[in-house]
Amino acid sequence: MRDAFVSELTALAERDPSIMLVTGDLGFGVLTDFAKRFPAQYLNAGVAEQNMAGLAAGLALEGRRVFTYSIANFPTLRCLEQIRNDICYHGLPVTVVSVGGGFAYGPLGFSHHATEDVAVMGALPGMRVMAPSDPAEARACTRFSGSAEGPSYLRLGRNGERKLHSDDCVRIREGNMLHVAGPESADTVLIGSCGALDLALEAVGLLEASGVSAAVWSSPFIMPFDRARVMQFASNSSLVVTVEEHSESGGLGSRCAQVIAASASRRAQHLAFGIPPVPQHYVGDQHFMRVQVGLTARRIHAMVTALSGVRGAHE
Amino acid sequence: MRECHLSPSQLAQRIRLHAVRMTSKGRTSHVGSVLSCADILATLYGRVMTVRAVEPRWDGRDRFIMSKGHAGAGVYATLAELGFFPIERLEEHCQNGSVLCGHIAAHGVPGVEFSTGSLGHGLPVAAGMAYALKVRGSSSRTFVLLSDGELDEGSNWEAILFAAHHRLSGLCGIVDYNKIQSLATVADTLGLEPLAEKFRAFGWTVRECDGHDHAAIEVAMQSSSESGPVMVIAHTVKGRGVKFMEHSVLWHYRSPQGEELAAAIAELEAAGHA
Repeated sequence: MRDAFVSELTALAERDPSIMLVTGDLGFGVLTDFAKRFPAQYLNAGVAEQNMAGLAAGLALEGRRVFTYSIANFPTLRCLEQIRNDICYHGLPVTVVSVGGGFAYGPLGFSHHATEDVAVMGALPGMRVMAPSDPAEARACTRFSGSAEGPSYLRLGRNGERKLHSDDCVRIREGNMLHVAGPESADTVLIGSCGALDLALEAVGLLEASGVSAAVWSSPFIMPFDRARVMQFASNSSLVVTVEEHSESGGLGSRCAQVIAASASRRAQHLAFGIPPVPQHYVGDQHFMRVQVGLTARRIHAMVTALSGVRGAHE
Repeated sequence: MRECHLSPSQLAQRIRLHAVRMTSKGRTSHVGSVLSCADILATLYGRVMTVRAVEPRWDGRDRFIMSKGHAGAGVYATLAELGFFPIERLEEHCQNGSVLCGHIAAHGVPGVEFSTGSLGHGLPVAAGMAYALKVRGSSSRTFVLLSDGELDEGSNWEAILFAAHHRLSGLCGIVDYNKIQSLATVADTLGLEPLAEKFRAFGWTVRECDGHDHAAIEVAMQSSSESGPVMVIAHTVKGRGVKFMEHSVLWHYRSPQGEELAAAIAELEAAGHA
C-alpha cells in the first residue's frame, strides 16, 4: 500500500504544483525519489509531529494541498489537538497519512501498533477517514484525497499486501462500499476494512466450503460511512459480519452497529471482529498478532457457521 | 498601506476600553492579558502591518496570528477600530450564538487569520505560512503573538527549530512577556530566563523592548537584515492601564463588574485625555 500511495502521490504532484508532502522524518528509501523530483513540494519537518501538523495547516492556509506522512501513531495521536484545532476546525485540505496501520509493525511493540487511529480520527469533526485494504484501494484513496475538499485521514498498511481487487486502481465514490466477492446481497454479508478485507475473503472461502454463501464488501471509507448500504443489509440479511484490524471500539464495527441499531426494519444480527481494547504486551509479526487477538478467518468461519446453525434450528 | 487613522496611543486606549467593556458584558476572563498586549496590537496594526480592511484576504497583506487566543478580545477590538467590521459587533462578544468567541476564532470574523485557544498552536502555523510565502517569493510578513506562559508548550520549540533551520526571515514572533501566567509568576512556575539567550541559541534574531513603548515596539518589529526569523521580547505589565489590575493574577480570571468596571473605564478615559 505504501508504494501504491507514493506512486499515486507522485502522479498527483506532477499535475498539481500545490501538492506538498511533509514527512515527520520517516520514509527512508520510500520518499527519496519524490524528494529529489519535487524539491519545492517536499519538506522534512523533523521528528516533531506537533509542528508538522501545525505547519501543514499554515501551508494549507496559503494555498497548498498538504499530505503529512509518518508511521503508526506519530502523525495522529502525537499531534491530535493540532489536527483537531488547526486542520479540522479550519476545514483545510490536509491529508494525514499513517503507514503501518493495525499490527503492520507488530514486532516493534505497543508504541507502533496503530490500533485506535481510525476511532480517534473518525471522532474529529469534518474529518474524512479512509482505511483501504489493498494497494488498489490505497491508490484510489490517495487519488481521491488529492482533490477532495477539507481534511482527510489515510490509513495505510505497510507493503506487500495481497492484491484483493482484479484492477490496479478501483473506482471509489466518497463514503461508498465496494462489492468484492460473492453475490451482491446474501443472507450473510461480510464487510472488511482497515486492512482486514483479506480475512473476510479468506473466511468466505471457508464458508462456501461449508455450504454458506456470503456476500463480501469492502469499506475503504469509515467516515463518511455507507449508511444506506448497511441499512439494506440490516433489512435483507440475517447476519452482518464486520472484520477490521483495528480496535473493536470506534471503527468499522461500531459504525455498522450504530446503523443497524437505528434501522427500523432490522432483521440482521451483527457480529464484529476487531482488536479487543486492551494493551498487548507481547510482540510478533502481523499474522501472529492477529491470531493472538482472535482475528482469524477460521474463527470468523466457526462463529458464523455456529450462528447459522442456531438460526437454522429455530426456523 | 496604513489603514489606521489613529495613533498607536489612541488605538491602544480604545482597545483597552473595548476590552474592559467586552469582558464585563461577556462575563469572561483574561482582561489582564488583553491590557498587557494592547500596545503591541496597536503598534502592529497601526504602524507595522500592511492590511486592507475592505479586502481582508488580500494576498499582499501581512499575516497575524494571535497565538495567545485567550486575549482575542484585543484583536477583535483592533480589527473593529480599523474597519474590518462594525464596532457595534463587539457587543456580541461571548454572547449566545455569537462567532466572537472568547478564544479568538476566524470563522465569520473578517481579519482574523486563524483560530486559536489552546496554547502552543500559533507558532507552528505561522511558520507554515511564512514557509509557503517565502517559497512563492512573497514579501508579506507573518507575525505571531505569544504569551510567556505559552512558551511552556513544547510545540513552540519544535517550530522555533524549524523556523531557524529554514531561515524564515518573513516570520516575526512577539512574546508578551508580562511575567505572570495562569497560577503564579513565570519565574515561580517554569522559569524562562535567560529567554533572549535561548532564542539566540536557536538561531533567531532577538530584540527586547518595552512592550508599552510604541516607538520601541515598532523598531523592534522591523525586518532583520540577517536571513532568519525575528523574536521580539516585549516586556509588559499584565493589566497595564488599570492600576488595580496591574501585576495581578486575579485579573487573568476576574471579569470587571459594577464599580470595578466604572473605575476601569474612568481611569482609561482619563489617561486618554492626558
